[in-house]
Amino acid sequence: MKIEVNGKQRTLDCRTAFEARARLGGESDIVVLNGFQIDSDHLLAENDTLTIIRKGAMPGREELESMMMARHTPAVHSKLKQGKVAIAGLGGLGSNIAIMLARIGVGQLLLVDFDIVEPSNLNRQSYYIRHLGMPKTLALQGQLTEINPFVRVETRPVRVEAANVAALFAGCDILCEAFDRPDAKAMLVNTALAELPGVKVVAASGMAGFASANAIRTSRPMGRLYVCGDRETGAAVGTGLMAPRVQICAGHQANMVLRLLLGLEDI
Amino acid sequence: MRVNGKTVPLEQEQTLLAFLTAGRYDSRTIAVERNGVIVPKAEYESTMLADEDALEIVRFVGGG
Repeated sequence: MKIEVNGKQRTLDCRTAFEARARLGGESDIVVLNGFQIDSDHLLAENDTLTIIRKGAMPGREELESMMMARHTPAVHSKLKQGKVAIAGLGGLGSNIAIMLARIGVGQLLLVDFDIVEPSNLNRQSYYIRHLGMPKTLALQGQLTEINPFVRVETRPVRVEAANVAALFAGCDILCEAFDRPDAKAMLVNTALAELPGVKVVAASGMAGFASANAIRTSRPMGRLYVCGDRETGAAVGTGLMAPRVQICAGHQANMVLRLLLGLEDI
Repeated sequence: MRVNGKTVPLEQEQTLLAFLTAGRYDSRTIAVERNGVIVPKAEYESTMLADEDALEIVRFVGGG
């Protein structure tokens, strides 16, 4: 029968996943069948996706990508690989969104931020001490390449203004609004919705402090606008920004991007 | 008029800007959709509201 093994279509006359492992690999190799790592043997069916991973071995580049995506639900990878997602603002939201989208294998990411990494970023943003003073675009691009070298990452170290929104983000499927200031958020959302007709916008509002994590949710107030957050808790004097709620909100945004790339428009 | 899914009485003829100001919205930090179409900020003052309008007003707070 036809089985996809480590990213390649093969015809195997094996009845079970472990028979295939015995044929193609070693006894202690990890076996992932259709997105699930199995400990007991399973019957194989036509068009199953099988990944056999030798622990501790560095695979070749071609095999590596299929191994990295082995835990995805089957058929998800090819859709995500075609996606082009822009992230405007690489702070607590944007840096964490980018890491998640790279891990799930989104094909193209466009990273936009004019700023450099500074010490007050490290309480919630995906940067390290060694990145201090570096442009956020480059510091983040370096991490993404280490996580998933199969993602095409473009960077623009510029300040986003109403006048350059259309030129920067035309051609993207989805734009993540990941700014800090509320006027910048509104500017980007207004301009993108008015000037980029095909683009869906996944924005964030309300993730400061340490109120209940459960208050953070995804909503869809307009046809092409999704907003993640509690919609009320802004950063202010006396209310800081902390890693957990910021990352929860980034997770909401990344999951909505994932859903949209898979053709699911409801929240 | 419908605003964010709720019916509100439109007491007199007014512009979108007047309605937003009365509702204490800061026009710098919001996005407004009127009958499914985003309203550019430059048109808030010239947009006259009508009973049959549906507005969606999204307010952004800071943090990211």
